[in-house]
Amino acid sequence: MSATHAHETDHELEHLRREHLMLDPKPRGEMNRMIMEAMHTTSWRFRLTFAFLVLVVLVCLFGVWGYMIAEGLGVAGVTVPIYWGIFLVNTVFWIGISHAGTFVSALLRVFKAEYRRPFTRAAELMTTFGLVQAGLSIFFHMGRVWLSYWLFPYPNERQLWPNFHSPLSWDFLAINTYLMASTMYLFLPLIPDLAMARDRSTGWRKVFYRILSLGFRGTEGEWAHLRIAMNIFAFAILPVMFSVHTIVSWDFAAAMRPGWSSTIFGPYFVVGALQSGLSAVAMVLVVVRGTMKNMKYFIRPEVFDALGKLMLVISMAWAYFFFNDYMVQWYGGDKFTDALLHFHEEGPLGWMWFAMLILNVAVPWLTLWNKKVRRTPWAIFAIGLGVNVAMWFERYIIVPISLTINRMPFTWREHVPGVEIPLGIGTLAFFILLYMAASKLVPLVPVWEVQEGQLAHSVRKVGKEVVVSVADME
Amino acid sequence: MSEKKIPEFSANWSAEEQGKWGLVVDQDLCTGCQACVTACAMENNIPFVGEEDAAYGRAMHWIRIERFWEGVYPEVKATPFQPVMCQQCGAAPCEPVCPVFASVHSQAEQLNIQVYNRCVGTRYCANNCPYVARTFNWRDYERPEPLPNQLNPDVTVRRRGIMEKCTFCVQRIKRAEDRAKSEGREVYDGEVEPACVQACPAEALTFGRLDDPESAVSKKARSGRGVKLLEDLGTLPHVTYLKGGA
Repeated sequence: MSATHAHETDHELEHLRREHLMLDPKPRGEMNRMIMEAMHTTSWRFRLTFAFLVLVVLVCLFGVWGYMIAEGLGVAGVTVPIYWGIFLVNTVFWIGISHAGTFVSALLRVFKAEYRRPFTRAAELMTTFGLVQAGLSIFFHMGRVWLSYWLFPYPNERQLWPNFHSPLSWDFLAINTYLMASTMYLFLPLIPDLAMARDRSTGWRKVFYRILSLGFRGTEGEWAHLRIAMNIFAFAILPVMFSVHTIVSWDFAAAMRPGWSSTIFGPYFVVGALQSGLSAVAMVLVVVRGTMKNMKYFIRPEVFDALGKLMLVISMAWAYFFFNDYMVQWYGGDKFTDALLHFHEEGPLGWMWFAMLILNVAVPWLTLWNKKVRRTPWAIFAIGLGVNVAMWFERYIIVPISLTINRMPFTWREHVPGVEIPLGIGTLAFFILLYMAASKLVPLVPVWEVQEGQLAHSVRKVGKEVVVSVADME
Repeated sequence: MSEKKIPEFSANWSAEEQGKWGLVVDQDLCTGCQACVTACAMENNIPFVGEEDAAYGRAMHWIRIERFWEGVYPEVKATPFQPVMCQQCGAAPCEPVCPVFASVHSQAEQLNIQVYNRCVGTRYCANNCPYVARTFNWRDYERPEPLPNQLNPDVTVRRRGIMEKCTFCVQRIKRAEDRAKSEGREVYDGEVEPACVQACPAEALTFGRLDDPESAVSKKARSGRGVKLLEDLGTLPHVTYLKGGA
């Protein structure tokens, strides 16, 4: 009798260890070695992809951009009355992607969700690199980009200031705030890992890590300061995230155009950002797990399981806000808004509207309730890809398609994208390129955070039960 | 050592009910001949964009003749032509959205001014203009010889990447005001004529002071046939459209 019980308990313990990274500790030295190995190993496939992406970035991004600066925006597809085109679609898209990175990391850190530990850094890196693409897309969009510094409130002899009445000025400041805050939030938890890497490298890497780790030695005082700083940033970044995407939505909501002047756009955009960003985090983790060495130990199906649940909840929230926005606009009964809503569904790009709803709502709802699906990395990748495509469609519908219809029917016109397409591909390639470079330069998994979590977790037997307990580390 | 005084900027987007300069368009007289469009392009150094860009909707005109029809062929009934230019709104939606104050309100003339050399080309003003009255310099358009000889020296030649729009020929307004000032008098009614008004063969356009109740333009604007475009938006346009007459 007791023998079978003991056997069952062992079985359960084994299962728990296989399932949860936090209950499957490895010695610190070995884990550090695994991370260093993941950073140092580059396959020929990595090099080939890297070289290809460098080429794409040089041609599609900097080459085409230079051509556009020299020629003028005429080479893009924007026209009258579609003054804003795919450049701003991409801007909103990348800001959306970038938001979720820091948001996921900060929210899960604030609420002490233990499964966050292996992937916070991967999510935070996405934020910084996504914002780079968003910023680039705004610069593509500007008619005279060489004067973009005029948006900064800098003292000058002409006493000229930016116009603080303009939502674009708020947007510019908000994105800059977010870029700086999220970069610091990325950097702070990186310091102990950089110090770890410094102690285990030679050559130029040693110099690189020595400079970046700011002389961190891991004393009690240093840890105490670091924890306070990280805590402040984790809490502060959440409201900043909400405010930034709300302000992005005000670029549209504050304008007096049918389909844009909607009071629900703030939260609708925030949820949309989470929708695309969470899926992007999941996609990045699938790729990292599949391609980098030793990552199967750190990123386990439990991570995809948890992210899948979050994706499902956010998908429901997005559906609610979409319906709310649509309902209120339709109920308003304005004839131009009415024409626009019909144009969304019946216009030449009506398929985009339906694809958006299918990929954003139907697919996640029909698949993510299933635990098996949530724990299958390729399935999560496919669903995440669908959601991201759908969210790009959503922004496309909001920007160029909605600009087609205005209050002067004589000017209605459809638009044909021009150099927006290579530039869009260029930003995507640049994002992947930066990410690939970072995966070889900084530890992609916050080792100290995983080790801390494993220290805090313990499995005990209470009578015949197996009990997992977590000690509060702070 | 006098203290250097820097005038404080005060943002005043609030309505000016009456306005100073105004235009009246009599749609019952307009023949749709496009003389105003041509005259405007000549006066204001508006470039020719070429066939391809024009076909793609990038033709640069500060005034356009909108034509509509009712019914389906062959029972088609034409409706009056509708010339549309910048309405010089009293509460202009284009002004507050510009991040760099390139689209500003002239307190002296009560017109919407576009400061070309301040514009960075975000095109937000164009999106927010309910009349779609603004045009953008998508490229540096070619001006082959001898076209440069025709350029109006009173008007800036614009480069690629900036926004522009109807100014009510502010250079003509200023010239008339300067002349009147040097002669010690007020600008008399009919002294200022924008290029479009001057060119209109049907005399469908009238320009003048709205704040002078005796001027031709304010008499016409007050007539029962007058309507404003998209009046429900509260932009307080300074252009009045007359139609529905005998």
